[in-house]
Amino acid sequence: MVTTMIAARVASDRLSPARIGAVMGRNVGALRSGPAYWLVLVSGFFEPLLYLLSIGVGVGALVGDLPVGGRTLPYATFVAPAMLAVSAMSGALSETTYNFFFKMKYMKTFDAILATPVRPFEIALGELGWAMVRGSVYTGAFVIVMIALGLATPLWALAAFPATMLVGLAFGSLGMAISTLMRGWQDFDLLASGQFALFLFSGTFSPVADYPLPVRVLVEATPLYQSVELVRGLAIGDPGWSLLAHAAYLVAMVAAGLLFAARRLERVLCV
Amino acid sequence: MAVLATRVTSRSTLAVLERALTLYRRLWRTSVLSSFVLPVMFLVSIGVGVGGHVGQVGGTDYLSWIVPGVLASTAFQMAVGECTYPVLGDFKWVRAYHAMRATPVEPGDMVCGWLLYILIRVEISVAVFLVITASFGTLHSPLALLTPLVCALVALAVAAPTMAFAASVDQDSYFALLFRFVLIPSTLFGGVFFPVDRLPALIRPLAWLSPLWHGAELNRAATLGTAPPWPVAAHAGYLLVFAGAGIAWAFHAFRKRLQD
Amino acid sequence: MSEQPLIRARGLVKRFGDFTAVDGIDIDVAPGEAFGFLGPNGAGKSSTMRMIGCVSLPTAGELRILGMDPAREGAAIRGRLGVCPQLDNLDPDLNVRENLTTYARYFGISRPEARRRARELLEFVQLADRAGSKVEPLSGGMKRRLTIARAMVNDPDIVLLDEPTTGLDPQARHLLWERLFQLKRRGTTLVLTTHYMDEAEQLCDRLVVMDGGRIVAQGSPRSLIAAHSTPEVVELRFGDERPAGLAGKLAGIGERVDPLPDRVLVYAADGDAATAEVHRRGLTPSSVLVRRSTLEDVFLHLTGRTLVD
Repeated sequence: MVTTMIAARVASDRLSPARIGAVMGRNVGALRSGPAYWLVLVSGFFEPLLYLLSIGVGVGALVGDLPVGGRTLPYATFVAPAMLAVSAMSGALSETTYNFFFKMKYMKTFDAILATPVRPFEIALGELGWAMVRGSVYTGAFVIVMIALGLATPLWALAAFPATMLVGLAFGSLGMAISTLMRGWQDFDLLASGQFALFLFSGTFSPVADYPLPVRVLVEATPLYQSVELVRGLAIGDPGWSLLAHAAYLVAMVAAGLLFAARRLERVLCV
Repeated sequence: MAVLATRVTSRSTLAVLERALTLYRRLWRTSVLSSFVLPVMFLVSIGVGVGGHVGQVGGTDYLSWIVPGVLASTAFQMAVGECTYPVLGDFKWVRAYHAMRATPVEPGDMVCGWLLYILIRVEISVAVFLVITASFGTLHSPLALLTPLVCALVALAVAAPTMAFAASVDQDSYFALLFRFVLIPSTLFGGVFFPVDRLPALIRPLAWLSPLWHGAELNRAATLGTAPPWPVAAHAGYLLVFAGAGIAWAFHAFRKRLQD
Repeated sequence: MSEQPLIRARGLVKRFGDFTAVDGIDIDVAPGEAFGFLGPNGAGKSSTMRMIGCVSLPTAGELRILGMDPAREGAAIRGRLGVCPQLDNLDPDLNVRENLTTYARYFGISRPEARRRARELLEFVQLADRAGSKVEPLSGGMKRRLTIARAMVNDPDIVLLDEPTTGLDPQARHLLWERLFQLKRRGTTLVLTTHYMDEAEQLCDRLVVMDGGRIVAQGSPRSLIAAHSTPEVVELRFGDERPAGLAGKLAGIGERVDPLPDRVLVYAADGDAATAEVHRRGLTPSSVLVRRSTLEDVFLHLTGRTLVD
């Protein structure tokens, strides 16, 4: 709904689902390019899982239980939803930053697409759609792992899944917006570092209540913290009104990211 | 061994090192984040953050316990990182090795020159990291001064085979696989964050295979002033053998890629 | 001492698996000579150059460079060669001057001496004002000139140039030729490959024409033309008529008639006389061009194919 609202403002002519689908379809076609790309795609799922097993389970055995907001959780149960949110974030970001930039700048994929009736905003939606497919495969598999390891009940884990899609949409939109501003590969080092900092300090491995107040306020303003809180609230079966606030934050992020990305794409590509 | 024979001369090796350092002087700013800031952030998040909820490990506080491990993993990650994209790039995009090949520089010089560069980079990072961790009060023995040596061994042991791998592949997507299936699992399960003996018995031997585990244990013995799980000579010997085999493989891979 | 050739090859062969790239060639390059390999893509020129550059070992045959054996003394030979490869491999993260000084160090040249030579060579290739600039923004011609300067940094006995002007615009080519001509005048031995006739005619004292890994002719550009072509060539175009059908009507004019898909070539000592004969036979070509014979004609005659297609 939000996307159609923005679409109405950005695109002068009507958006065509068929054209957006065609942009997504190009990515599916790229899957046939070779086993290496497939392996990379599939392996993206393992990273959060390995962190869950190492820090959540391995170090978790040293931690024992953790008091969180009046409840006491096994450490792995605390970390698992955070890794689920991270998995949604990195699935969406890897498509919309690195791959998106490569297609925009070097493969000139979009220039070729724009020579057809497809509009920049449709490219943005198509790429985002593809990022969502990739991200959802990661998070879907991760949810199954969480259930299998007894880190969430099946029902609450399922409830967390739509939340991960919102997280994916939010980071996907943000990723595209950032990509349109990238000057070159060296900027990706900065992006990766930023992403890593979010990963380490967004209440992922230890509760933000541990941090000094100014740090805590700063962390709470970041998108991954909002995502982790939303996903964790659902996954551990502790829903509250505050989850709506986190969701609203992410919806706003989708709207702002898409709007910005489409504007910039129009400017970068249609000159 | 005849196949592996390649001449290494100090003059040519140093010329290769010089090029690497000239490039580093130009690009060092972009590496500050990954060489210094990220390892410290890691230490703060896991060591301090999670460590605050952990009691004692192996008779010491958690932060002191993981510092030597993170130190070894910094050397490990830097060695792998600097031997993947930069090496493939110098074959494929920059073609710097082809330019060198037209001069008296031999493949063995190219390998040794770059390894020296890696050692210099690693030692700079290790020195900065040691100063920072010393200020956290996590170094408990003067033997900690030996950790740069251990880190050099770890770096050599992983840099050489990684260079060989980079010289053998044609696509950088293989590196994503190397990172995800070798680098990250080694870091996460190689005795850096929790003791290897907590791993399921079936997986434990895999951790023993990783040069990182040997480096982490040697570093830990040095900073805590304790005895490592295996005799020091066994840990160090393993790293040396690993490095030697890696260098031989790298010589072979460079020669193969540059012939004809 | 000019008696001994700098490069001497006898029965030189290079095979890659089942494919024979170079099929038994003999070459002698004398000091101070500008020697060219002319031929289309895939003729075996680059493979020969790589063997001379000691980066690829011969499969069979004898090869001596500067009197040395590439298999045993590759590094020593490379120390006295300058190589300008077909693909630029300048270091994009180093600036123009550093590209030269860094490369000089590979030859064991001291740092002050490397800086001195870099200054001198940048002057020579007219890039002194770009010394501190990055490589990426340089034009194709500038990059190629920088690569040539780099090939000169060890004051080589022989400079190898693989397709030195391929991909450059006409102006850049002429500037490059002029610099290479200066090198020649200084007495530097040049060995180059090209598939451009004009380049071979401009630069080479002597050349071999290669096709399918073999040498099909050799000599100076002028002697090759004299031996394999006539002084003049008439190019005839006929609007709609297919050239092949006209060959019969043109038979006997000049020394030889060669119908190509789009035109007919008439080889003759006197082009104007041949043209007059064409008109006398009642033929009405839509265009007539009388020109001097070139190496292209030599190649066409020797192989039945054009060089650049």
